[in-house]
Amino acid sequence: MAVPVMLVVATIVFLLLRLSPGDPALIIAGETAGPEALARIRAEMGLDRPLVMQYLAWLGEIVRGNLGTSVLSKIPVLTLIFDRLEPTLVLALSAILITVVVAVPLGAIAAWRHNSWIDRAVMMLSVVGFSVPAFVIGYILILLLSVKADIFPVQGYVSPFADPLAALRHLALPSITLALVFMALISRVTRSSLLEVLGEDFVRTARAKGNVERRVLWRHALPNAAVPIITVIGLGIALLISGVVVTESVFNLPGVGRLTIDAILARDYPVVQGLMLFFALIYVGVNLLIDIAYVIVDPRIRY
Amino acid sequence: MSANGQAPSLARRGILIDALLTNRVALFSGALLLAIALSAVFAGLITGGDPFLIRPRLRLRPPGSEFWFGTDALGRDVFALVLHGGRISLLVGLFAALAGAAIGTVIGLLTGYLRWLDPVVMRVMDGIMAIPGILFAVALVSLVGPSLFTIVAAITFAEIPRVTRLVRAVVLSVREESYVRAAEGLGIPARLVLLRHILPSCIAPLIVQTTYMFAAAILSEAVLGFLGVGFPPDIPSWGNVLAEGRAVFQRAPWTIIAPGLFLAVTVMAVNLLGDGLRDRLDPRLSRAAKVSS
Repeated sequence: MAVPVMLVVATIVFLLLRLSPGDPALIIAGETAGPEALARIRAEMGLDRPLVMQYLAWLGEIVRGNLGTSVLSKIPVLTLIFDRLEPTLVLALSAILITVVVAVPLGAIAAWRHNSWIDRAVMMLSVVGFSVPAFVIGYILILLLSVKADIFPVQGYVSPFADPLAALRHLALPSITLALVFMALISRVTRSSLLEVLGEDFVRTARAKGNVERRVLWRHALPNAAVPIITVIGLGIALLISGVVVTESVFNLPGVGRLTIDAILARDYPVVQGLMLFFALIYVGVNLLIDIAYVIVDPRIRY
Repeated sequence: MSANGQAPSLARRGILIDALLTNRVALFSGALLLAIALSAVFAGLITGGDPFLIRPRLRLRPPGSEFWFGTDALGRDVFALVLHGGRISLLVGLFAALAGAAIGTVIGLLTGYLRWLDPVVMRVMDGIMAIPGILFAVALVSLVGPSLFTIVAAITFAEIPRVTRLVRAVVLSVREESYVRAAEGLGIPARLVLLRHILPSCIAPLIVQTTYMFAAAILSEAVLGFLGVGFPPDIPSWGNVLAEGRAVFQRAPWTIIAPGLFLAVTVMAVNLLGDGLRDRLDPRLSRAAKVSS
């Protein structure tokens, strides 16, 4: 399953960069390069060979884990990615943490008190989360809490391994910004998934046995509503990756998202290709893990 | 998560109007959207004069009675820029949503009906979904150069798999229905079976999905502009108005917040309209189908 999908991704990424106008050799050599220099670069990069041969050669390299070297810095793409991975991982993981801790209970309460004011409020917040672009939320947070109130630093990154307290202050606004869209999605799915389960017989039985409502909701209903929630967390990784790129730009974090935008704007082909494959691999990998997680959450599912 | 064949058909005339009238939120959103669209169309009349007029002595004025949304770093009226920008942004959203719906429907109908196509096409769709839509769009636009066509194409590409999956799911559930079997039995060509007997079942969920795609496409255009690969500065869109605000944000936050909120209200109106249509047309169509860019 995962292998054909990655093959499709690789093909799209290859074609995107090779079929677009503009000569990669010219970009690398610069406008002033003479014809001999261009020919040499083409031969070095294999650009003089037929497209199919280039594709197969490239595919052979990435299968062996070689994503090439950056045209600008001459550093291997894989090294570049790993060097910038920490801020992105820290940001994404804290956003997921915030989402799960806040959005799942919110959605559950909304379903439990269906059609109440709290249900409407959660649904409204979810629509807002879907509609306001992440960067606008980011800038509003910076304006209110950094510029006006001076509670959080405006931008920049501090590693949690170097200074945990400062890292927390630097990370608070970006992770909230990134989490908002994700929270909108997860609270909605939790609500609708739980609404279905709450109408089931076993919930009535659980209540009839004299369980307190809290226990019915968290112990009986929620685990049975978990599969759609986990599925959407997996699909939402795509949302999270796009969000990472924007959030890192707003808050000036030196992560993989910034690396991507910088590489695209500089037309550093190997880095762009490598990063797209990297992001797709994360998406496919997370969804593979989630397929495995189904078996744990729902013993009826077997592969 | 998938729509099923019991989606009410649109044969009953005026079901869209009916759907709107029974839902006050959707009605209000529709009216708001109409007002925003009209303000974009008649931007020249409303704001008067040239939105590009550079007035260095009036730069970075805060919002007030003279300039509702303040002025930007070049002394241009942000309100005028936002209204003019709405033209391009709404157009991009509309084109991308319609193109995504059309292409996705054709692929979905074919892959749902011609079973041998299915494994290949669905793997390709999975592959497209695995690539972050915004990154693909940024890369494509920056490589090919920004134009209405490339920006719409870049945004559309990422939307196709969702439509394909939606339509395919409907086709799979409808194709075994007796009226489809009967049509096939009568020797009606596959092309006509698809168009006359299967496509109508897809219309209701498609309308809802197209509404959501419209909202997502407007957001994507803004993000492209924000990341610096949107339309050139001489074509105002919400994306590049926001992009130009970035440099002066700390001194003049209205250059980002005013167009940003205007954009957010538009997208929210479209999303609420979509929710209203969904509740009326197809209650089973889950929001989860819309995990987008």
